[in-house]
Amino acid sequence: MSTSKRGFVESLWEFFCSLKLSIVLLIGLALTSIIGTVVPQGNIPPEYLQTISEAKFKLYQSLSFFDMYHSWWFMLLLYLLTVNLVACSIKRLPRVWKMVSEPQLVMEDGLEKSLANTYEFKVSGDEAAQKEKLKGFLRAEMGEPVVTEKDGATHIFVQKNPWCRLGVYVVHLSIIVIFVGALIGSFFGYKAFVNIVEGTSVDTVFTQKEKPIKLDFAVMCENFSVSYYNTGAPKEFKSILTVLENGQPVKGYEKIPVIVNDPLTYKGITFYQSSYGQAGEGAAYHFNLRRRGGGEAVHLDLKKGEAATLPNGAKLEVLESTQDVRQFMPEFSGPAAKVSLTSPGKAPESFVVFKNHPEIEEQRGGDVFIQYLGADEKLYTGLQVAKDPGVWVVWSGCALMVIGIIMAFFMSHNRVWIRISGGRAVMGGTASKNPAAFEQKFESLVEKLKKL
Amino acid sequence: MTSSMLFNATTFLFLISTILFIAFLATRSSQVGLSASITAFLGWGVETVAIILRWKESYDMGHGHAPLSNLYESVVFFAWTIILIYGIIELKYKYRVVGAFVLPFALFGMAWAQLGLHSGIEPLVPALQSNWLLYHVITCFLGYAAFAVACGISIMYLIKAKAEGDSSDASAGGVIGMFPSIRVLDDLNYKAIMIGFPLLTLGIVTGAAWANYAWGTYWSWDPKETWSLIVWFVYAAFLHARITRGWVGKRAAWLSIIGFAATIFCYLGVNLFLSGLHSYGGGR
Ligand code: HEM
Repeated sequence: MSTSKRGFVESLWEFFCSLKLSIVLLIGLALTSIIGTVVPQGNIPPEYLQTISEAKFKLYQSLSFFDMYHSWWFMLLLYLLTVNLVACSIKRLPRVWKMVSEPQLVMEDGLEKSLANTYEFKVSGDEAAQKEKLKGFLRAEMGEPVVTEKDGATHIFVQKNPWCRLGVYVVHLSIIVIFVGALIGSFFGYKAFVNIVEGTSVDTVFTQKEKPIKLDFAVMCENFSVSYYNTGAPKEFKSILTVLENGQPVKGYEKIPVIVNDPLTYKGITFYQSSYGQAGEGAAYHFNLRRRGGGEAVHLDLKKGEAATLPNGAKLEVLESTQDVRQFMPEFSGPAAKVSLTSPGKAPESFVVFKNHPEIEEQRGGDVFIQYLGADEKLYTGLQVAKDPGVWVVWSGCALMVIGIIMAFFMSHNRVWIRISGGRAVMGGTASKNPAAFEQKFESLVEKLKKL
Repeated sequence: MTSSMLFNATTFLFLISTILFIAFLATRSSQVGLSASITAFLGWGVETVAIILRWKESYDMGHGHAPLSNLYESVVFFAWTIILIYGIIELKYKYRVVGAFVLPFALFGMAWAQLGLHSGIEPLVPALQSNWLLYHVITCFLGYAAFAVACGISIMYLIKAKAEGDSSDASAGGVIGMFPSIRVLDDLNYKAIMIGFPLLTLGIVTGAAWANYAWGTYWSWDPKETWSLIVWFVYAAFLHARITRGWVGKRAAWLSIIGFAATIFCYLGVNLFLSGLHSYGGGR
């Protein structure tokens, strides 16, 4: 019983230590990840639902395809990857660590035969002086040598970059660090959003599921504005934000411009410019109306959604409005409103009036001349709100990964030995990476030795 | 002189270079080979000037930004990086013939950009106004280019391996005789991926950093992000496959080709077939 149990544990261990498992997991993650790029994730658009059958929908749902990156089986793959990674490292690291911390100082025959680069030469004259000379040579070329006397032979050993052997493990560790960072973020952080009307402040934000989160400070939107390129494309969305503590502005956090790609962070909570819109209620539009061909101008304030009856009996209503018409009509600028005018006994006509371009209204003709003065309509800014205490762990993991990859790919552990005994010497060398480059290096060492 | 004229000249030079490379395969004349390489590098030089000029032109239009903001600009830049990586590999390892299998990628990119894509310089939408755009796009595309070179080398590997398998005579003659040995090709494939993998890693990390800076989430499983991760998984599998015996050679070559197919899907397919945050370049 106990032996078979041991056998089971051992084979489980072997299973998790296998590089084949890693390859299967990596390919498996690659293949399954495709699903979530084809099937919509999160909120499923109704158009999509119409394209698939009931049975298929049920199947997808039971397999968690609509939120697959958080499904149990995808998580399982990620956890398996982690266990695999840790097991492989536990199995191999001690051997590699030993190679780094206890280098092989002597070149015995077996080692010599396994080396791709060797060179034999004569040492004549005073052996002690020659040893010093060779030691000095290696020191100048590679670094501080270690001399070992063994079985009547002298071994001089020198190495470069032994720690780059750990690069692979640094990469693997970095993956675990990134996972830890992501877990910290998912347990202790949140993603939320909030809309703030110009001139007002809020202290509560909402998660995607509309769950309110109360902040221990408030954020006020002083102003929101959009600017445009001369093509009419939006150039910049800008909120001016002020952080309030107990109703008082916080020093250094007053009137901070927040634009896309430039957020505001306060107490670990970051606000990102994300959307905007018109704060519907209370907006009023202002007009001056006069009869064409002269007469007093009459001022008119019109509420959104209401129609006004003009002195000539016509009805005026605002259909839509904008603070900057350029996004729709690049040739114009400034506030504009689309109005509907219904003269008695006529069909309603709708047209656009511009604050900055009264000449357009001039050309329109008709009974009344409508001068648009603008709206005191307020905008709201839509902000993403995020708190992620794990993000620094993730960045450390990323940095570690890049460092580890550079160590693993672009650095080579080079070792050179010289063994001197009985008037003869052998130099041998090996490199953990790029044998061709090392061969050249070894040849140049040999050339220099010859001239010594 | 406008950048668009220079881009046309670049396309023409890449075409000449490709033809010379084919002639090189046919004639095996080292002079033809040399002129093929020189034409390719000349084209690259002209393209470099063109990219800088386009950058300047965007400033002259009043909304200056690096020429990396739409599909046209990215395809052009992709062609540039392919020749750059090929140049590094040729200068370092001296296997000119590889160019015959790499130049067509760059030529195809340039021809497509010049003939099929909208090339106007447009102002940057707010979402792209960030220096991260530069770091992210440059690292990603250098990585993609290295994978393109690896793919070309892998195709050579498979052709050579097949020819050697068919004729018992190991040193098959003709065009294939000019290819480096399959051992060298296998090694070059690995080396190109060793250049590409760290760059792709940096590309993903800079993308995540940018997303975090702009939206507060470093990872949101957007299709483009996911596909870049898929590509990363494939090449990570490639690297591990080399360590376990039996996965060098043909299987490694196939894995490299699959990796590049995934790369191209990540770059173009996602924009054309899937929807997501990277409206970037969307198939206008
Ligand atoms: C399933 C999880 C993984 C396991 C079990 C695993 C295991 C291993 C092992 C055993 C090695 C060989 C070390 C040696 O030479 O002694 C290795 C190398 C390496 N691994 Fe992983 N690994 C995993 C995931 C990853 C991932 C996701 C990456 C992505 C960056 C990665 C990057 C590397 C690199 C860059 C090397 C060095 C390859 C080379 O020298 O060419 N590993 N891995």
